[in-house]
Amino acid sequence: MDKSCASAAEAVACIPDGATVMIGGFGGSGGPIELIHALIDKGAKNLTVINNNAGNGDVGLAAMIREDMVSKLICSFPKSKDPRAFTERYLDGKIELELVPQGTLAERIRAGGAGIPAFYTPTSYGTDLAKGKPVGEFDGRSYVQERWLKADFALVKGELGDPMGNMTYRLAARNFNPLMCMAARHTIAQVSKLVPAGGIDPEQVVTPGIFVNSIVEIANPQQEEMLNREGAVYP
Amino acid sequence: MTDFADIKLSNAQIAWRAAQDIEDGAYVNLGIGFPEMVAQYQVEGREAIYHTENGVLNFGAAPAEGEEDWDLINAGKKAITLKDGAAFFHHADSFAMVRGGHLDVAILGAFQVAQNGDLANWSTGKGVPAVGGAMDLVHGAKRVAVITDHVTKKGDPKLVAECTMPLTGVGCVTRIYTSLAVIDIEDGHFVLREKLPQISLEELQAVTGGELKVQGTVADLIVPEL
Repeated sequence: MDKSCASAAEAVACIPDGATVMIGGFGGSGGPIELIHALIDKGAKNLTVINNNAGNGDVGLAAMIREDMVSKLICSFPKSKDPRAFTERYLDGKIELELVPQGTLAERIRAGGAGIPAFYTPTSYGTDLAKGKPVGEFDGRSYVQERWLKADFALVKGELGDPMGNMTYRLAARNFNPLMCMAARHTIAQVSKLVPAGGIDPEQVVTPGIFVNSIVEIANPQQEEMLNREGAVYP
Repeated sequence: MTDFADIKLSNAQIAWRAAQDIEDGAYVNLGIGFPEMVAQYQVEGREAIYHTENGVLNFGAAPAEGEEDWDLINAGKKAITLKDGAAFFHHADSFAMVRGGHLDVAILGAFQVAQNGDLANWSTGKGVPAVGGAMDLVHGAKRVAVITDHVTKKGDPKLVAECTMPLTGVGCVTRIYTSLAVIDIEDGHFVLREKLPQISLEELQAVTGGELKVQGTVADLIVPEL
């Protein structure tokens, strides 16, 4: 089995207009910058994007939004140091926002990947974000019903990968990446180093390859926070 | 209405007081911003294990400038360091720790806290809405404490009979450390535990939006100069 792909461009070529795309990362950590930039190069319109944030500055997800590729964003915290790309379009009514509490977002994605269509959580009970959602009482306490979240594609970033799709992560860049691998029909991963099958100790595998469809080596990947500190603009 | 500007505790002093209640061995989540200050006043001889919801347990202080690794950040997107015995995990596990009752203490900021424990701390109702982990963090920790000025910058009570701002959670707060007092929430009431000795109960009541109950003695709130 060989899921490896020669380039980021080749890996994202299959993403069409109108797709729902999960993008890993939390703030400047763990975002698959090269895959996002390859998608910007390819171009795609009317995307629904699922990410914790709404991008920062002029690179990565913020650049996708600035290029008007995103019509809907599902996220928990659409604010950052430089949120202009999203904020301007949101206030102009050009981008739809579904705001989801962070832990609920994670669990909805996990549920999507685990085949669980709905679950109950105490989070958001009695708040504006629970409006219109079914409520259930269990053992004397009230909970909000939340639905699974699935996507057509996931773009994720790992550290080590092998051609089977097995992956490890680096530091806190793990965040949403393993969950999104599970919840998309087609998961595309970039890794800093692609090693032969057997090159990752099975005890250390965080994402088993069954959740990954395509894997591309991007050595010395760009890091969103560092790009923003340099004032980078893409393209 | 006075805000007791000349005698009220500084943010550092409020954080110090909250830190005194963190037990040895506690798993603790500190909200972004002001609550992060509590870690600076950890009581000597006690070890707390700090959780950050983006997926790290047992992180330490910020690294020196220039030493940052921006893949190693906290929920506030600030660079952190690791202590021995640290662990990484994905977001679903991280929030399982939160909602699943595994944290001992969560300490958060507040716009308003109501006498029944309702908390408003995520939205002023204006601009781009952003919630992050606020609504998750108020559920599951054994103690959910708030640190806050006793009144707003305009002098209005932050401890209120009922929240008027968008709620973060219902009936979730158990203790409030303010710039003037320490107050528990029990059975739908504010119960005064400690107050600055310079303020009378009547004066404190006048800047509090719900009734302050007194059960037993009210201790003096004594905090070092910081």
